[in-house]
Amino acid sequence: MTIEINKLHKQFGKNQVLKGVDLSIDKGNIYAILGPNGSGKTTLIKSILGMVIPNKGQISVLGEPIKKGWKYRKKIDYLPQIANFPPNIKVKELIGMIKDLRNSPSEEAELIDLFGLEPFLNKKLATLSGGTKQKVNIVLTFMFDSPLIILDEPTTGLDPKALIHLKELIQKEKANGKTILITSHIMQFVEEVADEIVYLLEGEIYFKGCIGKLMEQTEQTNFEHAIAAITTASHA
Amino acid sequence: MLKILKYSFYDLIRSRWSYVYFLFYLALGFVLLFLNNDVSKAVITLMNVIIVLIPLIGTIFGVMYYYNSREFTELLLAQPIKRSSIFLGQYFGVAGSLTLSLVLGLGIPFVLYGLLRSNAIFDFSLLLVTGAFLTFIFVGLSFVIAISNENKIKGFGYAVLLWLFLAVVYDGLFLMSLIVFEEYPLDTFSLVATILNPIDLSRILILLKLDISALLGYTGAIFKQFFGTNLGFLISLAILLLWTILPLLGLRYKAGKKDF
Repeated sequence: MTIEINKLHKQFGKNQVLKGVDLSIDKGNIYAILGPNGSGKTTLIKSILGMVIPNKGQISVLGEPIKKGWKYRKKIDYLPQIANFPPNIKVKELIGMIKDLRNSPSEEAELIDLFGLEPFLNKKLATLSGGTKQKVNIVLTFMFDSPLIILDEPTTGLDPKALIHLKELIQKEKANGKTILITSHIMQFVEEVADEIVYLLEGEIYFKGCIGKLMEQTEQTNFEHAIAAITTASHA
Repeated sequence: MLKILKYSFYDLIRSRWSYVYFLFYLALGFVLLFLNNDVSKAVITLMNVIIVLIPLIGTIFGVMYYYNSREFTELLLAQPIKRSSIFLGQYFGVAGSLTLSLVLGLGIPFVLYGLLRSNAIFDFSLLLVTGAFLTFIFVGLSFVIAISNENKIKGFGYAVLLWLFLAVVYDGLFLMSLIVFEEYPLDTFSLVATILNPIDLSRILILLKLDISALLGYTGAIFKQFFGTNLGFLISLAILLLWTILPLLGLRYKAGKKDF
């Protein structure tokens, strides 16, 4: 079991975002966490990372409870939703800095080449376009060799070529036996890469299973429609 | 923590504002020396400027840096780094780079003018030390305010209000209470009230070391009795240290509980 979540509750002020989420994530699969805006996807991910502190419930990552710990994050590569970096530093320096902070072996050269980032290495991050920043973000995430990868909206701003590379990267990491969590609103992308779907609705897990099971339950033939129909279909 | 400190520090000393701050002190130092033509007098004028300015700049820089580096902080939070190390590293980065601007900006003109050969060197060092303390205190306070307020405008507002209170309003209340209660013995009260405000404490500390306490009359004599002794001096430094540590404890506490 890579991640084990037990009765996770979180509220921000009066707004109850997670209402007792139970979830176990197995090793070596690609999980897509889906749900409408504000359903608690990012909060769930940030709880796993320890950025959000839950009100109730336990989370353990790779067999260790995460409460007050920080060393377990060495085993997680995380791609944040909005790639905003310190504006004053250069791409090369940012990469060097994250390497320095993590102190683990990394393979950034290949990734930089893959996404064609060489011309930008000596540019300051403030001058980069949104898509280029996202590519830097992806390089920063994939350059380490961690057993767990969490991607929050990885497709934002990417051009088709970069998107293909991203999908290849995800499949390659899966082949290496890694566990991957993804959130996305691009259903086509989810359909292509995900093995399992976790559907969050109003702070609870509404559906968990593979795409085939989802189609069956909702009696739809199209994945996008199946997701849209998930809340109206009657199922056990 | 040291790595975070290093990066925050580099990030800041390369930003335009650090240079502006540095050049401002450089210019201030040269102009004062040119106008006063005397190191000791320049130190006094300088004190009046920096005792108010340093807290203001520390407050504004602290709040600004915290809010500007929010996304970067989030990036760091996902890395295998202890939470408190991130914030303490950033804090020391900001306070350290501001202190460096202060020390270099004022140090260069004074050294060039011949500070090392004059007998004002102790006064001048004291000025820089209290300046450094004030920087650390107010950057710390502003970090605590910023981390407690998600809303930038509110955070800025509270931070500036805090500065205004400690730098201006506090003195006003202090003087008013002296007038209202003038029939009572106020020695201890005024001493304690001075110690409780880091800006006042720094001011008195410098004034008394500058040997112009005679200008302060009777009150001056009492203050001299307290601050003039080594014990008083040490107590004052200890209180400045306490003022530095308290916001840091608050920062650690807040950082441990906050959601990002």
